[in-house]
Amino acid sequence: MMTLWPSSFLILLVGLPFLGSLIAALLSPNARNAEAWLAGLVSLGALAITLAAYPSVTDGRVVKHVIDWVPALGLSITLRIDGFAWMFSMVITGIGLLVVIYARYYISPKDPVARFYALLLAFMGAMLGLVLSGNIILLAVFWELTSIFSFLLVGYWHHNQAARDGARMALTITGTGGLCLLAGLVLLGQIVGSYDLDEVLAAGDIIRAHDLYVPTLLLILAGALTKSAQFPFHFWLPNAMAAPTPISAYLHSATMVKAGVFLLARFWPVLSGTDEWFFIVGLAGMTTLFLGAAFAIFQQDLKGLLAYSTISHLGLITTLLSLGSPLAAVAAIFHMLNHATFKASLFMAAGIIDHEAGTRDMRRLSGLFSYLPITATLAMVASAAMAGVPLLNGFLSKEMFFAETIEQHRASLLDGVAPYVATLAGAFAVTYSVRFIHKVFFGPKPVDLPNEEPHEPPHWMRVPIELLVLVCLIVGIIPALSVGGVLDTAVYSVLREEMPQYNLAVWHGFNLPLAMSIIALVAGLALYVALRPYLERSEEGPPFIRRLRGQRIFERVLVAISWRGARFVESTMTTRRLQPQLRLLVLAAILAGVWAMWGAGDNLPELSVRGIDPVLATLWIIGGGCAIAAAIQAKFHRLAALILMSGAGLVLCLTFIWFSAPDLAVTQLLVEIVTTVLILLGLRWLPKRNEADPLPIDMRTRLRRHRDFVLAVAAGLGTATVAYLTMRAPVPPSVGDYYLEHAYSEGGGTNVVNVILVDFRGFDTFGEIVVLGIVALTIYALLRRFRPADDTKEIPYQQREQNAFDDLQRDREVGETLQDYLLVPSVIMRWMFPVIVLLAIYLFLRGHDLPGGGFAAGITMSIGFLLQYLAGGTRWVEERLRILPVRWIGFGLLMAALTGTGSWLFGYPFLTSYFQYTTLPFVGEVPTASALLFDLGVFSLVVGATVLMLIAIAHQSIRTARSKPAPSTTGEGGQS
Amino acid sequence: MELLIALAIGTLTASGVWLLLRPRTYQVVIGLALLSYAVNLFIFSMGRLRVNAPPVLDGSSPVDPAVYTDPLPQALVLTAIVIGFATTALFLVVLIVSRGISGTDHVDGRESER
Repeated sequence: MMTLWPSSFLILLVGLPFLGSLIAALLSPNARNAEAWLAGLVSLGALAITLAAYPSVTDGRVVKHVIDWVPALGLSITLRIDGFAWMFSMVITGIGLLVVIYARYYISPKDPVARFYALLLAFMGAMLGLVLSGNIILLAVFWELTSIFSFLLVGYWHHNQAARDGARMALTITGTGGLCLLAGLVLLGQIVGSYDLDEVLAAGDIIRAHDLYVPTLLLILAGALTKSAQFPFHFWLPNAMAAPTPISAYLHSATMVKAGVFLLARFWPVLSGTDEWFFIVGLAGMTTLFLGAAFAIFQQDLKGLLAYSTISHLGLITTLLSLGSPLAAVAAIFHMLNHATFKASLFMAAGIIDHEAGTRDMRRLSGLFSYLPITATLAMVASAAMAGVPLLNGFLSKEMFFAETIEQHRASLLDGVAPYVATLAGAFAVTYSVRFIHKVFFGPKPVDLPNEEPHEPPHWMRVPIELLVLVCLIVGIIPALSVGGVLDTAVYSVLREEMPQYNLAVWHGFNLPLAMSIIALVAGLALYVALRPYLERSEEGPPFIRRLRGQRIFERVLVAISWRGARFVESTMTTRRLQPQLRLLVLAAILAGVWAMWGAGDNLPELSVRGIDPVLATLWIIGGGCAIAAAIQAKFHRLAALILMSGAGLVLCLTFIWFSAPDLAVTQLLVEIVTTVLILLGLRWLPKRNEADPLPIDMRTRLRRHRDFVLAVAAGLGTATVAYLTMRAPVPPSVGDYYLEHAYSEGGGTNVVNVILVDFRGFDTFGEIVVLGIVALTIYALLRRFRPADDTKEIPYQQREQNAFDDLQRDREVGETLQDYLLVPSVIMRWMFPVIVLLAIYLFLRGHDLPGGGFAAGITMSIGFLLQYLAGGTRWVEERLRILPVRWIGFGLLMAALTGTGSWLFGYPFLTSYFQYTTLPFVGEVPTASALLFDLGVFSLVVGATVLMLIAIAHQSIRTARSKPAPSTTGEGGQS
Repeated sequence: MELLIALAIGTLTASGVWLLLRPRTYQVVIGLALLSYAVNLFIFSMGRLRVNAPPVLDGSSPVDPAVYTDPLPQALVLTAIVIGFATTALFLVVLIVSRGISGTDHVDGRESER
């Protein structure tokens, strides 16, 4: 392998356009020249890198660069370049460069150029990634990316309805195709046992003999044929012509639409050669070749003509690929190259005509030769290449095509008609090419054009066309010398040992293909002369079937599926109401439980009341009673329900102690406290009971309640049964044993629960605290724009009473009663602050060895803050103490993440912990594990999150108080 | 003993599910809290109920796992308690914000037409 071109250049080649795209997006939207220079330099750089790669890809050599992505699934970011990919990279970067230059003059200063160039460069990167992918899943990813950027570029002028519709249609068709392709490629990977392109290409016999060959083929073809606009998916391409013309030239003639035929050629060695391949691909290709050419004649829009011509030429390539002969594949690859050059230049010429004349309607354009002599000449050469006139590149590949169609491959109808279809389509191509030139540039001077005085564009706008036309000429005149080597390299990398002998000469002598060419030229000219009067005034589109438009069918289907169908499904299958949904969910859970336990009736353990401790039983009579009572009271007596719920929580807490889980008991108790405070703060914003209008309970409500009651009892019985059966079953070997055995020796802590949290399963805990932080920030964000309901806006009843009382007393200010409220407890609460902080530190430090830890300490600490709020009121606290909970959250996350990444420095995986015992003066021996730092992160985040949530709710009261006129000056927390 | 805890789980679940199916948001919040009690107790009980088993290692080796309580369900439940608090808080705030926007505390954001 040549060391001159290291494989890492592949990363650079694909990455450079994306990087350029990012920079382009960040530049000022009006920096026209800077954008064009940037895009030009990026394309030039990519072109230079590609050019330099040539010596490394000749003679079937391959350069490959592999970066592991998900090795377990066989996914890797593999980039590989061979001759074929090299040829495509040249087209992508070369024509990309020309398009950038052209677009500099085409895009008006009023358009946002930053977006244009950013998207263009991103597309270039995606397209390069597509042709350079060495992993077929990566290929599918880049494939979808090109669809997405094409969508964004077609919709560039999104104020225009046609652009939006065209963009959406292109995305729907190519995106759906892309999904099919992904499925097909996954199947292909399953058949081969690898997603690596080289391995897939080496497994042709296995693939063709596999049972799944036909579905795989169908799915891959669905992707390729939609992308390359083959019948019956062709109609998106003409509609995509709403894109700016440089985009049409680049995406919709030279590169993206070639992706489909690129894929067909890439997989030609492994998929082709079967009857299925020949019939599907051949039928699609030939139909497209013929219909595209026929429809192109009847277009009145210049770009429409070029679009249908593109469809037809892609059909030609597809047909060639369907034949299954190596020579045909050579012709197909050659034509991909030729079509890219002449069609891109024609699109650019059409763009100039549109720019100068102000219209693309061929009925209005006429006699422009005297205004645009140079552009006209260039366009003529390019159209001649499109028509297949000798001494131009289009002629060569078309001759090869004709020659291939008359070779008999199989004795089928499709083979039989191939030469006739080819000749007829060739004649049509002559007709529309002649029409393009004759109608636009010759004839009488134009009348009432939108632009009065068309003139030649700036020289640099024409340079890209000149270069492309030059290529057409050189390739057409001296094919073997100019393009022979490149074509050889490209073809060899696809065909390998099947490489045929072929001769790239202009003159092959008088033979049948030449006769077909001559017939096509003469017939095409005759057809144009015959049709000319009709075409002068005809409507857009082919006669008779003008109304049968793919676009309209597509839209009908789309409306039917996405609107009527969706509405039907929604109205019959779903509901927007929460209760029926939850009811179904509960029912499904119960049924799943019953189903799982079905048949387990043989070895049921006996019901045993043995060992029930009367104390615990009493506790749970209270706890269960609390739960049931809370369920009853929650509707009208919210405070009572809250207290009852806490009662059940406390019993739960005691149960944890009972069954040897002190850590859980501590956490449960602390969380119980903050939950209660939190809900207390929230109660103030709930509506009052509407006692005025007690609705009579009707039959339906009664029925619903009975049904819910049955469901609830069933769910309770179900979980009780499952719990009982599991608890009575013998203990299987548990992972817990491993943790017990290794907690001290490897984690350096005797509190196994804490060691699991901060060490063994530290990554899970990291995820948990991230969730906690997100929830806190969500609450904060939700409440920032909070608008309370009208009936809760005023000051609560109790505060009004107190204020009224203050008002009546001569020696009292309004609000004093509120301040004096709970005077003794509030003094105690203030004094308790340092004690609670100390308790938090204590819980934190002992956590590794004794019950406690970051979670418990964090909540304790936040309770410390909370008590200050309760004692002094929000304002009082915030005048004295700035807590900044968001910083606590940030610090906590950073701390945990840094501790985790710190182990990388020592060459260990993320979150590997290190521990040692150190002796501190006065404190004694403390474990200084790196897990302690992690736990510090947990602690800090829990404090931040809890305080942020509580303060966010508490602040709502002052906010409303502020918006009220004077009297109330204090806002007490926000209690109801 | 197992029967008692199973019944406790059942009672908590039944109360929670009943509230979950009610039309008022506050009922749903309380119901979810009760359900999370039930779930936590359920997960905890999967490590089997051990009375008077030491939860903290005494530092001797080798460790005999049969002596100690199963720490794994405890670790699971511990984080579940904290996350449960967070979700309760989130639901509560969604409740009051949605009440501010829609003017009703019905779970659908509008009173059912009956």
